Amino acid sequence: MTNVLINAPKTAKPGEIVEIKALILHPMETGFRPGTNGRIIPRNIIERFTATWNGAEIFRMEMSPAIAANPFVSFFAVATESGTIGLRWTGDQGFLAEEHVAITVG
Amino acid sequence: MKVYPDQAPKARVEGPLLIGARPLGSASLRSGRRAAFGMLLVVFITTFALAQGATDSRRSGYQDMGEALQKMQDDDTANPGMLFVQLGEQLFGQPAGAANKSCADCHGAGSMKGVAARYPAIAKDTNEPVDLEGRINLCRSANQQAETLAPESRELLSLEAYVAFQSRGQPIAPLSDPRLAPFRAQGAEIYRRRQGQLNLSCAICHDDNAGKKLAGVTIPQAHPTGYPIYRLEWQALGSLKRRLRNCLIGLRAEAYAYDAPEYVALELYLMDRAKGMALEAPGVRP
Repeated sequence: MTNVLINAPKTAKPGEIVEIKALILHPMETGFRPGTNGRIIPRNIIERFTATWNGAEIFRMEMSPAIAANPFVSFFAVATESGTIGLRWTGDQGFLAEEHVAITVG
Repeated sequence: MKVYPDQAPKARVEGPLLIGARPLGSASLRSGRRAAFGMLLVVFITTFALAQGATDSRRSGYQDMGEALQKMQDDDTANPGMLFVQLGEQLFGQPAGAANKSCADCHGAGSMKGVAARYPAIAKDTNEPVDLEGRINLCRSANQQAETLAPESRELLSLEAYVAFQSRGQPIAPLSDPRLAPFRAQGAEIYRRRQGQLNLSCAICHDDNAGKKLAGVTIPQAHPTGYPIYRLEWQALGSLKRRLRNCLIGLRAEAYAYDAPEYVALELYLMDRAKGMALEAPGVRP
């Protein structure tokens, strides 16, 4: 069950710089910690986060084991045209989460 | 994905009560007009301060943390506790157990307003006080005929967060049920009892030395206003029990088992001590 909270404006003026913030539920297990049985807990992190605006990539981020659980990502984009902002997280153990938010520019 | 409306609790107005800059003494005797003005000023300030609730010296942990963390808690799309509220909302509507009933089948979605503000309460089923987690698990075993949820499990904390979230902004209103009184008294006794190798009680830090520093961190007054809290150190949501266990381990005392009645007794006492303070769940704490 993926669980995401997104904070993005619904409307923007053409050329306006908008901030897009996204928070996702994920353990970001480092792969360095022993569990209660003494064995190393296998690494389970989000490796990559990408954002698209009407399908074109506008932001990409690679994550490392040093990033805390439930990563919060904030980035800026210039609003050019109305459409859909797509957010996509992929990671270890086949993790995939995808969310879309609509934005009207005008 | 869901965006919650902004229901952030307003920060309480507080501060030391300042009555007059100097005593109405010898100088005022020479000038009656000045004395009258001073009196007026005292009356005005006192009235204003009372209206603002400034005489209440209690502080939520919220007020002792930095501005960045306060903003994190107030913004529902930045507060990681809201991820669990969202999860709890889903779980609340999911049928479970042999009875194949969901929480919402009996209680209705969003019907738990004020519940977290008054718990712990006496459970009809056992005649003993239970906290919110205990109540959720009793409902699971008795009404849903499902397995109880493990302490500190994501499911239990999420359900608790969803229920507590519905009381956000409400004043803590402990029940006046006389059957709770002996347990509350027991909680007060534990709060003041010296424990562990360090031989400290809760009160020594949180009453006598609150506001001072312990290893660079401000000692809070220990009001349970934000539970379950998202603690950055835990990188997870945690209950008041987990927080109490942390403190007990800090005292180098042996923490009570998760199902021990001592936690409920302490919670009863702490909620009574925080009576009238606004609930902030899910809180963010360092």
